Formats: sequence, C-alpha cells, structure tokens
Amino acid sequence: MNPLLTVDDLRVSFPTRTGQVDAVRGVSFTLGKERLGIVGESGSGKSQTGRAIMGLTPGHAKISAKTLSFDGIDLLSASAKQRRSLRGKRVAMILQDPKYSLNPVMTIGRQIIETLRTHERVSFNEGKARALAMLEAVQINDPERVFELYPHEVSGGMGQRVMIAMMLVCGPELLIADEPTSALDVTVQLEVLAILDKLVSERGMGLIFISHDLRLVSSFCDRVIVMYAGRVVEELPSANLAEAKHPYTQGLLNCLPTIGTHRHPLPVLERKPEWAI
Amino acid sequence: MSASALSVRNMVVAFDDFLALDGVSIDVREGESFGIVGESGSGKSTLLRAVAGLNSFESGSLTVAGQSYKGQKRSKEFYRTVQMVFQDPYGSLHPRQTVDRLLLEPLAIHGFTDVDVRIARALDEVGLGSGFRFRYSHQLSGGQRQRIAIARALILEPKILLLDEPTSALDASIQAEILNLLEQARRDRDLTFVMVSHDLGVISHMCERLTVMRKGEVVETVSVEALEKREFSEDYTRALLVASEGFRRD
Repeated sequence: MNPLLTVDDLRVSFPTRTGQVDAVRGVSFTLGKERLGIVGESGSGKSQTGRAIMGLTPGHAKISAKTLSFDGIDLLSASAKQRRSLRGKRVAMILQDPKYSLNPVMTIGRQIIETLRTHERVSFNEGKARALAMLEAVQINDPERVFELYPHEVSGGMGQRVMIAMMLVCGPELLIADEPTSALDVTVQLEVLAILDKLVSERGMGLIFISHDLRLVSSFCDRVIVMYAGRVVEELPSANLAEAKHPYTQGLLNCLPTIGTHRHPLPVLERKPEWAI
Repeated sequence: MSASALSVRNMVVAFDDFLALDGVSIDVREGESFGIVGESGSGKSTLLRAVAGLNSFESGSLTVAGQSYKGQKRSKEFYRTVQMVFQDPYGSLHPRQTVDRLLLEPLAIHGFTDVDVRIARALDEVGLGSGFRFRYSHQLSGGQRQRIAIARALILEPKILLLDEPTSALDASIQAEILNLLEQARRDRDLTFVMVSHDLGVISHMCERLTVMRKGEVVETVSVEALEKREFSEDYTRALLVASEGFRRD
C-alpha cells in the first residue's frame, strides 16, 4: 500500500539580512493512516515541517525536497490552485491558539460553512446542518447558540473545539495539529485531546501531532519523531519511549517535574553542537 | 513554627458584579514555598495581583511581614519586601529599554547608589553574562527574558517572591532551567515563594504546601506530601491530579 504522505529530504530555509537560516534540514518520514508525533523545542523546525506539508511556508522561504507527496500528488510542483483545493479539504491543520487563529469578525457558524462551501457545492441550509452536526461531534452542548457566537465570546477550550470542528467538517484524510492544546488549561486539554482522539480514530485519518511535550505526544501517538536543530535525531514507537537512545530524547523526557519524584535540581537538557551536524 | 510571612484573610475582589475572589484566606510561613493551583478563572492570579497591589481588594485583610495593607496602596517599603515575576516574559519587559535600563529602574526608585555592581551581580546570578547588559528584550529568547525578569525581581533583595506562572510560556526543557534557577535563588537568599501555576507537577516539585482554588474560592490546602499519598478530601483536587498525569486512552 502506498503511504498517504511521503516526505524525503525536506529542507526549508529563510534568507535573512545576516545570511541564510536553515529551519528544516533534511527531514524524511512516511505516514499512513496512523498517528505520528513530532517533538522538539522552539526553533527545532517542527512547525515549519508541518507548514511545508500544508503549503503555508512564507513566500520568501526556499523549500526543497527529493519527494514531498500526498497520495501520489507531488506537492512541490502542484499549482497554487491545486494546493488550495487540497488545503482544508484533504489536508487540514489545527493551530495553537484559537484566540488568534479564528476570524474575529465572523460568527463561528459562518466560518465553518465558509470552509465547507469553498470545497463543496452545498446550499447554506445544508451547510448549516453539517456545521451544527460537526459542533455536536466536538461535544459542544448547545450548537445552535454557539453557531451564532463570535470567537471572542467563547472560552479557549471551546474555541479549540470550534477549530477542530472547522478542520474536520470536510472530512480530511490528513490532519496536522500544531500544539493544539498548549494554550489550554490542563483539565480542558484532556477533554480536547479525547475529542480529537475519538474523531481521528472514527474517521480513519492520518494525524501529525506537533508539540514540545514529549510525554503528551507519546501518550497520544503511535510513533514519535524527535527533532533538533532542523533534523530528525531519533524516531521510535511511543511504546518504547523508555528505550530512547539519543541523549536529547532522554533529556526531553527527564526534564519534566512529576508528582512523587524528587529531583533537585531537575536534570536540564545538554545541547551538544555535534547533534546539529 | 516559624513566623508568618504573608497572611490573607477573607479577601474579596470584585470586578463590577463579578466576584473574582470570594473570601479567600491563605497563610504563608517565612521561608516556605507555597503553591496555588487552579484552572483559568479560578482567581489564582487575581490573588497574587491583589497582594502585590495591582488590583484593589474590597474587604478582608492582608498582612505582610507584620504590616497590614488595604486596597491598592502599597508603601515603598512593601516593594523592598515583595517582588513579582509575571507569566509572559514577552509582555513584562519594556520593549524599548535595554536590559541595563530595565534593571536600573527598581534601583533608581529605591535610591541605590552602587548600581553598576548590583546590575552586574544580578545578571551573573541568573546565569547571563555581562554581554546581555545592553541588549533589548526582543534580542533575547523566552528563557533569557524570564531570567531578566527574575533578575529584576531579585535585584532589590526582597524577602518574598510572587511567581505568576513563571514557566508556562516556556518549552519544557527551558522550564527545568528556570525552576532550578528559582530554587537556587531561594536557597541562597532564604526567600519565601508564593507560586501560581496550573501545572500540578511544577507546584509539587517547587512547593511544600499548596492551595487548590476554583471559582474564586479555596477548595482546600494540603501539603505536597499528602498530595503524593493521595491524602486529600476534595474530588476537584483528584480531577486536577488525574489531568496532570497526561492523556490516557480508555
């Protein structure tokens, strides 16, 4: 079976006044209908990898790859029109903070219908029915009321559910979630993750989950890629996380304070220049 | 039992009709590290802000180091005793001031004269060299900014440090460094910490006792030891504890 997504030797670089910054330097992986986690610190290139797949890399950036294909479509040579037709319909992305990623001057309902009507020929009424059904699927109690609200009128957890609803309404085959719960409270995080988990498994999507929290990612995904300075330093199944070999992965695992363990001071991450080579 | 460093009794903070704090009491002993946990809107940050004089409080009492305070007015002496570190290192440093200027401000206000030495020492203490002294905050990473914010709080040699989610805007790996730095500072200077966080893991690592807050009220106050042994009475504390253990598929 052909994989859903093939990324081979992906490179993204930004020309700046002080020279070229290489954000992603030769990342390769394939993805089927599974959950893949990408973990790394800020600046490790994890978000730029997701954005390159989505086609959201800024225009002045240079992007190259041996292969970057989604379901047999070569994404780098695809026309802007073709990419637009993929984006939102077959590949969707959930962003970190609903406060900044939803349109503030459009009601939630209209935003969801807009996504739907961009990709499918549906009447407003049919669109509304599907939007309401989707809001219900993300466990919003009163979809009719939320449909009419503006993004600033809902809480962060609710906003993130709205974003999930908007992204899933067209039934994408691949979902990229870029720090989907980092802006939320701990208690709300779990609710949102449970909803995401349920929908992803029910609808049989491929998922790329991007986060800096290695524990969270490993509890959620089947396989984890660890990135450092634009490169993949280690790839391993979530179940074998304890057997991580790379010192960077071990460092990421150990630096979190947990209840019941007393380590003073906490082990901090050592960053060795040779890892970046 | 050591003396009380900070005591809040039945504090009420209202924003128009909304009661952000509804009769909250906490007692922090001298030299103790005290945690406050709760979700957004529980009033945990409001409590810290009311103590620091950034919000006014309607009723109740606040006693810090034997002095009692009302409303929003705080003496200069108060700020020599109590300093605060905020959540967002991007928002809490002046974008058009260099690090040198940022650290000079509290010293100038309180009439210090040996400013050069103090600024150099403060930077050194938070693990930043003198090379950072004339940079602007936008030239620093999130972790470095939070170090500057901590240096600014410590430069007046306070006794009590109020920490409002000091690491929640940072990466997990940077968080460990900042937590270690805070612990080191506390050991070196015998500081009293009042630390607010939504992350029970961080609080249990840093504190000896903690208060769980919800909807402007105190749910319960337990020691971290009791928390680890699951010896608490409220279901809400249990829910927070479960949430902090991460996602589980059932």
